[in-house]
Amino acid sequence: MLRVLLLTLSVVAIARAELCKPDAQNAFKVRLSIKTALGDNAYAWDANEEYLFKAMVAFAMRKYSSKSTTQISNVLLCNVTDRVSFWFVVTDSSEDVTTVPASEVEAAIRMNRNRINSAFLLSDKTLQFLKITSTLSPPVEPSTPVWLIIFGVVLCVIVAGIVFLIAAGIQQRKKKNKESTERENLEEKGEVTVAVENGIPCEALDLKSGHINGVFAADDERFTSL
Amino acid sequence: LSVPPEIPKGDDRPKWDNKFQYILSCIGFAVGLGNVWRFPYLCQIHGGGAFLIPYFIALLFEGIPLLHLELALGQCLRKGSIGAWNAISPYLGGVGVGSWMVSVLVSLYYNTVLTWVMWYFINSFQEPLPWSVCPLNENRTGLNKECYESTAVNYFWYRKTLNITPDVTESGTLQWWLILCLATCWAIVYLCTIRGIETTGKAIYVTAIFPYLVLTIFLIHGLRLPGATEGLAYLFTPNLNTLKNPRVWLDAATQIFFSLSLAFGGLIAFSSYNPPKNDCEKDAVTVAIVNSVTSLYASIPVFSVLGFKATTGYWDCLDRNIIRIINEFDLPEDSIMRQNYTDWISFLNLSHPEKIAGLKLKSCDLQEFLDQSVSGTGLAFIVFTQAIILMPGSQAWAILFFIMLFSLGLSSMFGNIEGVFTPLLELRIVSKSIPKELLSGVICSICFLIALCFTLGSGSYWIDIFDSYAGSLPLLVIAFFEVIGVAYVYKIKRFSKDVKWMTGRKPNLYWQITWRFISPLLLLIVFVAFVTLQTQNSPSYAAWNPKYEGFPMKEEKVYPPWVRAICVLLAALPCVFVPLVALFHLIKRRRRSKDSSFAPPEVFSCQGANS
Repeated sequence: MLRVLLLTLSVVAIARAELCKPDAQNAFKVRLSIKTALGDNAYAWDANEEYLFKAMVAFAMRKYSSKSTTQISNVLLCNVTDRVSFWFVVTDSSEDVTTVPASEVEAAIRMNRNRINSAFLLSDKTLQFLKITSTLSPPVEPSTPVWLIIFGVVLCVIVAGIVFLIAAGIQQRKKKNKESTERENLEEKGEVTVAVENGIPCEALDLKSGHINGVFAADDERFTSL
Repeated sequence: LSVPPEIPKGDDRPKWDNKFQYILSCIGFAVGLGNVWRFPYLCQIHGGGAFLIPYFIALLFEGIPLLHLELALGQCLRKGSIGAWNAISPYLGGVGVGSWMVSVLVSLYYNTVLTWVMWYFINSFQEPLPWSVCPLNENRTGLNKECYESTAVNYFWYRKTLNITPDVTESGTLQWWLILCLATCWAIVYLCTIRGIETTGKAIYVTAIFPYLVLTIFLIHGLRLPGATEGLAYLFTPNLNTLKNPRVWLDAATQIFFSLSLAFGGLIAFSSYNPPKNDCEKDAVTVAIVNSVTSLYASIPVFSVLGFKATTGYWDCLDRNIIRIINEFDLPEDSIMRQNYTDWISFLNLSHPEKIAGLKLKSCDLQEFLDQSVSGTGLAFIVFTQAIILMPGSQAWAILFFIMLFSLGLSSMFGNIEGVFTPLLELRIVSKSIPKELLSGVICSICFLIALCFTLGSGSYWIDIFDSYAGSLPLLVIAFFEVIGVAYVYKIKRFSKDVKWMTGRKPNLYWQITWRFISPLLLLIVFVAFVTLQTQNSPSYAAWNPKYEGFPMKEEKVYPPWVRAICVLLAALPCVFVPLVALFHLIKRRRRSKDSSFAPPEVFSCQGANS
């Protein structure tokens, strides 16, 4: 009895080893770059992490096909290296002999890639499933290109400046023209002559008062009163 | 007594508000884009620190004497280039017309370069920077092919900005985004030059001082980047052997000459607005020295950033190789670092040579990255933008960098436009009642319409043509005739007397010797060497052709005959005015001399005009 049990167990183990090996049919290679992603917060890859991985793959298979009854024990890992990289394969739940086709596994993983990445705190780049390409995200394009807005602002400022300077120039010219025509009119009428005496405009001098010559001013006092 | 009114007739020529404005305008005109993107490149390829020797010799014997000559001329004669040379001698009037022609041609294409700067500036306000990522192709399965094969930076420059055609003969279409930016640039130039030096004098405070601030910021930041010291060491390590190559001396002479913006007529225009008694000798020395010091000062941040870029590229190369080795041999992540990379490679080569060979690793050499030297628009729009992406806070650095380039170019544009504007104001073609605003508006509009040609797909090829032919050879010819004209037609003795009247001291032996012998000789040698070099190789250009087998390398193409004819026309047009005007006056004089009542023209004197 015991011998039969041992025999069946060893057969199962060998069969499993046959299913999961590098470049086996329907097997995928996984590569993790934990130190690159997390730096000092990197965790070590041990048996518990492997268990989590198996659980995530089983979860993905179940989510992908509602009929699927994949157990954690159905996910086989092998050839774990220090890199951290390994191969995995998913067996059919009922018999541990055949593996689930690669296309199904790939579709399941792609559907749940986000969840798998978050479970390990990694991204598409640091948790690589070789042979499974990730979909590229479309570029974010705002409705109006940003540069048009900036350009509009710059142009408005410049046009405002030009208009202001031209208007100021026109105003200055009008003032100058008005002043010069006023002057011309007055000079024609001859009312105001910019007469100059010894460099001082006569308007500044008090013409009405005139010059009083001190010698003759005291005329009255020279003669004694009668 | 009332004396008839004596309203003092002041000189109604516009004036600088103060001396500082004038010096700043000259410095702004001289300090331009070439100080940032041509001088560091020349330093690098011509033996680093050793290049400074021919550079300073050229400055001493060519740059400063010519600069002093032009400033003194403008100040003494108080006219723009055409009027000034007509006053010296009618036979030399062609020199002034040639200067004016060159200023027109250069203004046309220089503002288009500023258009590109403005386009990059406007695009720097986005996150992420548009030249950092490749766009997806049409069916979103991968990256755009052209972008993927070259780099995102190259793609943005050649496709998104220029939309360049593969050949100079294919004009392509007008690029509407460039037209908008071109209109903006010409509007800015119009705004600043609307009333001549009244408005440029105010604008120059900003456009001439701001670049120095930004250069300082980049200097401080650049020196703290990793790899900066490698870049600087590479730039300044002198290699005296290069001095044996005559090409180095030619490049130094031409760099000084074009860097100081001589023979454009702009400097004559600027100094013509000075009061007559102004020390032009000190001004000339100041401007020349500030220009050269700025070139040196600018090369430090440029090369720190280039060293940073080379180091980052080298590290990326190493990292990519390391990842491939780790993945191939399934080694733990931190086992191979950059420091022990070479040890590991030699170890693995011994143990698993076939696997290593199968990986086809790229050899990473820091020198190779540093050797990728670029000058001109390639430096600013490809290399520097790539370096900026690698810095944290790239938007701010990009915005600062492009505003700095814009200010540098704008202050040079002021000088170019003044060189066009001032002679036109003085010619009797334009009536006095036309306001200045209208004249500058007309000039800017005409230049904008002609410059639309440069917004075509093949525009950048045409700008290279203009830069190489219109903006180089004619200047040498005009400068040569300037020196000869003043030294031998106007006579140095008279000129020295004029300078003594203006500055208060007679020009010393250095000026006498350089004006009379050294500068003309040097210019002649440079001119002959330049022409020899140009005619040695048939003119070719590098085209960006995505369908070329060697893409992303550029395709070397030869100019077709009609383009070569245009090149010759551009180079010859300004020069041909010199003999034409002389001939015209000779014929006029011959006709007049038959008429006996002809009196010889008055001998012009600088002091006579101002006393």
